[in-house]
Amino acid sequence: MVIECLVLGAGQEVGKSCVVVTINGKRIMFDCGMHMGYLDHRRYPDFSLISKSHDFTRSLSCIIITHFHLDHIGALPYFTQVCGYNGPIYMTYPTKALAPLMLEDYRKVMVDRRGEEEQFSSEHIVECMKKVTAVDLKQTIQVDEDLQIRAYYAGHVLGAAMFYAKVGDAAIVYTGDYNMTPDRHLGAAQIDRLQLDLVITESTYATTYRDSKYVREREFLKAVHKCVASGGKVLIPTFALGRAQELCMLLDDYWERMNLKVPIYFSAGLTIQANMYYKVLINWTSQKVKDTYATRNAFDFKNVLSFDRSLINAPGACVLFATPGMISGGFSLEVFKQWAPCEKNLVTLPGYCVAGTVGHKLMSAKIPTQIRLDEDVQINVRCQIHQLSFSPHTDAKGIMDLVKFLSPKHVILVHGEKPKMVTLKEKIQSELGIQCYLPANSESLCIPTTHHIKAGASDAFVRSCLSPNFKFLKTNSAELDDSHKRTMPLLQVYDDRVSEGILTLQKNQSPKVVNQNEFMEALGVEKHEVKLAHCFRVYIPDSESGDASDCLPSTSRKGSLLHLISEKLCRELPDFDVQDCQEHIQIQSVVVSFCSNEKCPHRTGVSLQSVDKKEVHFCCSWSVADDALAWRIVASIKNLELDT
Amino acid sequence: MEFTCLSEGKGYYFPPCHILDICGFRVLFDCPMDLSSLAIFSPVPTSSNSIAYNRKFSCSSEKYAGLELNEDKRLKIDKPLDANSLIGAEPHYRTVKNLLLWNVSFIDVVLISSPMGMLGLPFLTRNKDFSAKVYATEATARIGQLMMEDLVSMHKEYRQFYGAEESDAPQWMKWDELELLPLELRQIVFGADGTEFGGWMPLYSAADVKACMLKVECLKYAEEACYGGTLIIQAFSSGLEIGSCNWGISGPKASISYISSSVFSSAAAMSFNYQALQRSDVILYSDFSSCNGLDKFDNDDNCSGAAGNNYSNLSSDDVNSEGHDTLLNDEEYLEEMEKLNFICSCSVDCIKAGGSVLIPIARIGITLQLLERFAVNLASENMRVPIFLISSVAEELIAFTNIIPEWLCEQWQDRLYSGQPLFSHVEMLKDGRLYLFPAIHSLKLLKTWQEPCIVFCPHWSLRLGPVVHLLLRWSADQNSLLVMEEGLDANLALLPFKPMAMKVLQCSFVSGIQMQKSHHLLKILQPRHVLFPEILRQHIGPLETVFSFNYYSENKMVHIPYMKDSELDITVELACQLQYTTLKQQDMNISRLKGELMIEHGRYRLHLGNDEQVSSHPRPLVHFGRIDLNNLLTALQKLDMNATLEEVTGAAGSHKASRIHVSEPSKAMIEVIEAQTVISAADENIASVISQAISGVLDCI
Repeated sequence: MVIECLVLGAGQEVGKSCVVVTINGKRIMFDCGMHMGYLDHRRYPDFSLISKSHDFTRSLSCIIITHFHLDHIGALPYFTQVCGYNGPIYMTYPTKALAPLMLEDYRKVMVDRRGEEEQFSSEHIVECMKKVTAVDLKQTIQVDEDLQIRAYYAGHVLGAAMFYAKVGDAAIVYTGDYNMTPDRHLGAAQIDRLQLDLVITESTYATTYRDSKYVREREFLKAVHKCVASGGKVLIPTFALGRAQELCMLLDDYWERMNLKVPIYFSAGLTIQANMYYKVLINWTSQKVKDTYATRNAFDFKNVLSFDRSLINAPGACVLFATPGMISGGFSLEVFKQWAPCEKNLVTLPGYCVAGTVGHKLMSAKIPTQIRLDEDVQINVRCQIHQLSFSPHTDAKGIMDLVKFLSPKHVILVHGEKPKMVTLKEKIQSELGIQCYLPANSESLCIPTTHHIKAGASDAFVRSCLSPNFKFLKTNSAELDDSHKRTMPLLQVYDDRVSEGILTLQKNQSPKVVNQNEFMEALGVEKHEVKLAHCFRVYIPDSESGDASDCLPSTSRKGSLLHLISEKLCRELPDFDVQDCQEHIQIQSVVVSFCSNEKCPHRTGVSLQSVDKKEVHFCCSWSVADDALAWRIVASIKNLELDT
Repeated sequence: MEFTCLSEGKGYYFPPCHILDICGFRVLFDCPMDLSSLAIFSPVPTSSNSIAYNRKFSCSSEKYAGLELNEDKRLKIDKPLDANSLIGAEPHYRTVKNLLLWNVSFIDVVLISSPMGMLGLPFLTRNKDFSAKVYATEATARIGQLMMEDLVSMHKEYRQFYGAEESDAPQWMKWDELELLPLELRQIVFGADGTEFGGWMPLYSAADVKACMLKVECLKYAEEACYGGTLIIQAFSSGLEIGSCNWGISGPKASISYISSSVFSSAAAMSFNYQALQRSDVILYSDFSSCNGLDKFDNDDNCSGAAGNNYSNLSSDDVNSEGHDTLLNDEEYLEEMEKLNFICSCSVDCIKAGGSVLIPIARIGITLQLLERFAVNLASENMRVPIFLISSVAEELIAFTNIIPEWLCEQWQDRLYSGQPLFSHVEMLKDGRLYLFPAIHSLKLLKTWQEPCIVFCPHWSLRLGPVVHLLLRWSADQNSLLVMEEGLDANLALLPFKPMAMKVLQCSFVSGIQMQKSHHLLKILQPRHVLFPEILRQHIGPLETVFSFNYYSENKMVHIPYMKDSELDITVELACQLQYTTLKQQDMNISRLKGELMIEHGRYRLHLGNDEQVSSHPRPLVHFGRIDLNNLLTALQKLDMNATLEEVTGAAGSHKASRIHVSEPSKAMIEVIEAQTVISAADENIASVISQAISGVLDCI
């Protein structure tokens, strides 16, 4: 049994996340994203690799979308409405509610502003979203009889989830993007300890280790405050959802505390509407935000106003949230063109910008600089740039923590930059001893899976397994050195429950486990005991007194002789429990006793009638299992004559 | 498995209560209390009926005086039931009596199916022996908590009036007092057959509620909770109320579905998720709703006759698709909507006539739906009438409904996806069409109060809370309207407010599975065994089913056989080490199996045990069967042994034993007596060769 992993996107890169995983015949597509950096066919995953016949509905069991970012969902309307996938799609409630906003916003930017031919229409988005089944966290969904999926909280953005998928005994987790530390409005990722064959994790910050967030938040607030205090304008290009709400909470709170009156604007109606979603879906934010809910919904911002185009060149300080982030076009670019040439102004940049965007160019630029938009347009950039270094992605420590916590048998890294991923891969392999892979796009990977043999178990078997099996071990304190003496008690009690039974396989029946008695009963057979026996003679030289007058060895003499033997056996067989039972000695199944029966059937050797009074017969019997032990005992007793 | 029904309950507000013994764990389903029994108490009087009350109060103070008292009582018996016959004391609450017969400490798990099923829980959790884990859905837990808090706060009014209780057994509970109660009340106190006295408890405190909530583990729908590694417990929406659920319990030996009152297309809550209950071994059918509305039976029988029983000719696919259609038809939903519209139009009519509307219905879904409808209807009539929601938890409740889209019906979820606010009450609150007040005497309420108006307030028993005061105020107003639920004894409930000039609208809401639908449902669910309530026997009729079934009744333990063996997962590592032998007689492969048994997430798993142990202590081989002497001789001869057979006979000539003497290569003797064989040899090697030869002719493991 194998898990086959086909990486269609985000393999050794960031953008268009899309991994198709086949577990025991069930095929799941995790995320269906688009690449922001490309405008040609490279922007979508290469779906033809899934099915040559393009019958996607038949070849996929379901699609799972982890969160509403375009690099995770951007290609979904295209895949369902244009490519014709018609099967089930799963995402969390917030993702289902917020994804249409993101998709519609993106479509508008593409078509209205760039004048591009549209890849999918508004109707496509609406129709696509109708096919989506919304899921709650931890809800276990039975996609079909064999495939089970479950969402776990991932932090990252509102409604982001890691997904667990299980088919038979094989199980995987696909993390999507996640954050292991709580931020202003979202909690940290949370997942159960699961038995997993594979974890597919993002690795955006595969080598970054971050310190406390509060320092970076303070830096951001200081930079903004300084700018507005000197009458400058602050442009915060963000996507409508997620970062906008986080920063806005931060600023709203700061404004309140510092009693600032400078206006904070939201660029379009979009973000205001998004805030409504945050209010309704407050259960998906962090515990801290939830707890304050009784008094006031944290997303009822007090100082936030909506922005009007006419305000772009209005005098005076202000803060503006504008979409899209990374200044890849649209309104944020329009404002940027106006504000960038002035030194007083400030532009914040997110921690990560896709190559090809203005944001990305600014990140590596030295101010003042010039940025070429296209053939004709060039912008003089003199404003200040503040790079936001808090990201909703986990850092390397978070990735390591998660992988260690889940302890899967294999790890696949996606959604990262190759050199950093290589470093992380080595770290995972050396520190955690877990096989780690980083397949490139269009690569396919096979991973062996867990498989259990299913059998029915009888009640008696289960009961016998569950009954305690105590063992008492006396530790010999003399053997122990001083350091152990204190820690080891003299008597140790073990309860090693060992389950023993019989597995039966019959044609046309599933395997069944029963215990031995049941098995015999079911077959209607009796146990057949196979024993071995040996009767042999030993010359016993008279010990002390010449008490040879007795014809037969007296009982007392016999007793003392047996005792002697038992002591000897005790010495020679220290691992066994030698029981001296007056008439016989028993060691496991081996029974040793005097034999006075002249016609003992077990005397197979030379049956000379013995007259020597110093001669004694011992009869031993044992069951097959103790054969080796028995012969050792026989040899040992035979040696008696030599010893004494 | 053992199943005991502790109480069949009484409709929506008093759900049934059962206990199930499964895989060694005891599971309690719901812990409700019977609030309809509050009817025997007199509501806290206000100034308007204080005269009547004073008379009564003087009576009770004279009770201690002796003779006069008896006369008074005798009078009472003969008198017909009137407002004065109600008990004027701080009420006690009727819990599930049979639950008291069980040792609290033996309960392992409590599953709460609906907010109503939770109301008696603090009685249980405050017991110091209580150690069970309580599971409820998040929404049920929150709504249940609010309902309990509201109950405690409403009860406070009684406590303030009567003062602290003097002793454990109040005056009214004394036998001679109870016997003098009118028949109608006695029936409530003692039960219909007079044997059910007991289970009357003073109400828990706010602290009890708080402590109780700490013991509740909240679940999402379909979240898997694992109890003791053995039981996987899952809640699936039942559609009855926001957050209410049915339960799926699966252990290594059995899977069980508990079906409480369920609604296929709910007006507010997420609908009945019956697909999730498919293919469980046993279904505990605990929807008593069809016997609560007795008049419905005729209808149902007609329908089930036509559509119910005989499907044996159709293929299962046909049954299923047809079944799904039947279950999901929106007739029920439309009917419900019609009812709500009817309530609305009645209300509008009565407001037009200058009267007010009083709606003491505790169903949150219905309340939300009515608010939506009022918003539309009042706007279309261009009426500006304030709507008041008066309850100590009104604000929390309404706030809570705004943030739980995951628990709502599809129609409301679609609003979220299309970017509309979930409920119009958000707008109504903002523009002053709807007001939330914690109590009737709050200052703000007095300032904004205006009549006519529409009031939603507790309590549906008409004995507690703001409804009492408003009823006293409006009972004489023939233009006003009281909307109450069917199922409550209206005569008794309205007793303290008589004479009633006020209009009363009694309506019933869908609160369970209709009988004819349950046939379809069970066909789709394909259980192996079903447990039905005894009361449904006549309505279920002769079922032609693939599953077996039997009936349960209150306080009688029903044994349910386990349907299958425990399932065991054997790890591949262990399976690889197995050495199979083929049995001589049967066509069967067997192998000795040894490992470490774990129970993980409701499944038994056999791991490879400690390696050392496995190798150092091989289990003795076990032989079974009988020795065929000829086969053995042949086998020995094949090993170049010179063997001869000797039959040993006993004194009476009976066969005693068979002996095989081996002379070459060295001397040995094999004695076979029935199921025992003894090999005697002086030589270790020959002994071992012979024993192998014997193993060859016997079956062994």
